[in-house]
Amino acid sequence: MTILGFLIPLALIMGLVGLVGFFWAMKSGQFEDLDGAANRILIEEEEDSDQDAKG
Amino acid sequence: MNAPVTDLVAPSPDNATPLEADFVDSRFTVPGMRCAGCIAKVERGLGAIAGVEAARVNFSAKRVAVHHASAITDDDLIDALRKLGFEAERAAENPLGRDDGEQRRLARALAVAGFGMMNIMLLSVSVWSGADAITRDMFHWISALIAVPVIAYAGRPFFASAAMALRYRRTNMDVPISIGVLLATGMSLYETLTGGPHAYFDGAVMLLFFLLAGRVLDAMMRSRARSGIAALLGRMGKGAQVLNPDGSTRYVAAEGLAPNMVMLVAAGESLAADGVIVEGRTRIDSSMLTGESEPRPVLEGETIHAGMINLGDPVRVKVTAAAQDTAIADIARLMDEAGQSRSRYVRIADRASRLYAPAVHSLAALSFLGWWLAGAGVYKALLIAVSVLIITCPCALGLAVPAAQVVASGALMRRGLLIKDGSALERLAEVDQVLFDKTGTLTLGEPRPVDLDVLDAQGRSVALALAQASRHPLSRGLAKALRAAGTEPAVLDGVSEEAGQGMQARYQGREVALLRPEFEVGGLAVDLLIDGTRTRLAFSDPLRPDVRETLAELSGQGVTAAIVSGDREASVGAVAKDLGLFATHSMKPAGKLALLERLKGAGHFPLMVGDGLNDGPALAGAHVSIAPGGASDVSQQAADAVFVGERLMPVALALRVARRTMAIVRQNFAMAAIYNVFAVPLAILGHVTPLVAAIAMSGSSLVVVGNSLRLARAAGRASEQA
Repeated sequence: MTILGFLIPLALIMGLVGLVGFFWAMKSGQFEDLDGAANRILIEEEEDSDQDAKG
Repeated sequence: MNAPVTDLVAPSPDNATPLEADFVDSRFTVPGMRCAGCIAKVERGLGAIAGVEAARVNFSAKRVAVHHASAITDDDLIDALRKLGFEAERAAENPLGRDDGEQRRLARALAVAGFGMMNIMLLSVSVWSGADAITRDMFHWISALIAVPVIAYAGRPFFASAAMALRYRRTNMDVPISIGVLLATGMSLYETLTGGPHAYFDGAVMLLFFLLAGRVLDAMMRSRARSGIAALLGRMGKGAQVLNPDGSTRYVAAEGLAPNMVMLVAAGESLAADGVIVEGRTRIDSSMLTGESEPRPVLEGETIHAGMINLGDPVRVKVTAAAQDTAIADIARLMDEAGQSRSRYVRIADRASRLYAPAVHSLAALSFLGWWLAGAGVYKALLIAVSVLIITCPCALGLAVPAAQVVASGALMRRGLLIKDGSALERLAEVDQVLFDKTGTLTLGEPRPVDLDVLDAQGRSVALALAQASRHPLSRGLAKALRAAGTEPAVLDGVSEEAGQGMQARYQGREVALLRPEFEVGGLAVDLLIDGTRTRLAFSDPLRPDVRETLAELSGQGVTAAIVSGDREASVGAVAKDLGLFATHSMKPAGKLALLERLKGAGHFPLMVGDGLNDGPALAGAHVSIAPGGASDVSQQAADAVFVGERLMPVALALRVARRTMAIVRQNFAMAAIYNVFAVPLAILGHVTPLVAAIAMSGSSLVVVGNSLRLARAAGRASEQA
């Protein structure tokens, strides 16, 4: 049964990591432009890659 | 970017680069972005301009944010965007975007409830599968430690709404939900403290999770529709170029305009304030304000109003009234009053809960009394009463309405109709009469060439190349019609625009031009010149292409249609006769509103479809209202839904889908009721354990969601038939 003392906190911590990750993603605007993200993958990279770094 | 303000005003710029402070952020709406290529084109095109530090497109909101040197004005950037092939406008503060924060709060609450549900479920499964004595107590304690903060955080939207309802001595769906959750939590805490066998933490948190999922979906649907509408907004005069005493110009937002300023109004621009023309003569389109479709010539000294569009030459206008004092402000006051009646509408979920909540609560109270009188003891009786509350707690009921409405509005959005909220769908389903405005609603509201056949293939491609380089309404209408006819633009050299005259260029060494006719002609027209040969193109405001099919579809649904227009008798009569509709002409905004009030008083449920500012009060006062995507900002904000594109069919489709949605909602209610018929006797007899409650709750929710998903297919079928 002592394994529970390890596994239950582990489950809780993993859940919390996910939760904090979601909060961070929302705060940093990851969900602001979902359609844009879907479309951006189709944009061909140009020769000078610093253009993209700017954008 | 987010340099502290102190940096900007620091007196010693020794180590700070002075340029740093000169960067500003501007935002523009670019409705024309439709593909990945457009994102790349806009970002790279703007990024290539000297002084532009970064440009970032938000594709969902159809906006671009530009971080640029303050030496570059907004107009330079709009110009640059136009050269890239995109119409752009300064983005105003989005008046519809306020409930963005609401959606974020709900999403966070959903995430917390999901976290709590999974962890508690993990512990509950082992309790259900036979953990007892000290293990069970420990698991209950851990569950309680997780559940109490989770419920306190994730339950806030429901508790707040229930408290609000109770304060006004009303009841809504959130009252039984809150009572159920709080009682279940309190009971489970007592069980945990006394080492009892039944803790309902999992049930309480799961209930919150399912209900929050419904709310988040609902909020997402609203914000998607609203950001879609916000992208359409902003073509009305939100500001003007104002002439400084030294002859230079600056851009002043509508709120900043004051009497006696002189505005420069270019062709195609709409006025941001009322004023008197001090220089120039032109023709104005006042259809937004009066519904009149024919452009009206105006001379120096005449007063023109905010919301009118300049179709002819650039003019200078001295502001006589701005912001709150314009003619539009009167319409706004009418709209405020008209909008009151709509706030009294009671949503179907709240109507259901008016019957449901007292029934459930008296049932729980009766089972408590029954067991107590039968001698079961207060504790046992209370436990059974709580399990009755939990099992009947409207999990499926809470999802019944939003699940169906989210699926329906998603399906409608893909077919070009943006619905602002679920209440609009409910009201749409009741409609039995449709009132159409004429100009801009039954018609396109834009001048289009009457007959393109007067041009040969070469003429068409030259005309398109010239027209697409100009923002004049006639040029835009011509370009749209030519593109729709599959014309490719010719390659021209040295395209130049002379304001008020037209476009000139060279094509394969020959002079070509798109000019206004030398003599005033009846109606609108332009001349195409190729090497001295003149071809006249007449313009008119045509009916939308599928008006007849839409009207046939409406009458097939048993809905009567009629025209209410502010235009003169002759032009309204012609359209009405053509379409076989009953029509009222020369209506003032107050007149339209009075007509709607009469219809509502007679027990009808009128749908108003209109676009102009003069339709605003009617849109706000009707039982439900729809505006086309080209409508004035005021109308799009007053309307419950907006349809985009040139086709009118989304209006008929909306009615069909709304009715289908309400049928599904009623089915969902029926299923929830049937489930209660079986589950409640079990609970009253005391056979419901936390395990049974969890299975019943998730089972009934899945059935309701599954039934609602059928709507996605129903909307598809409806549009194929249509």
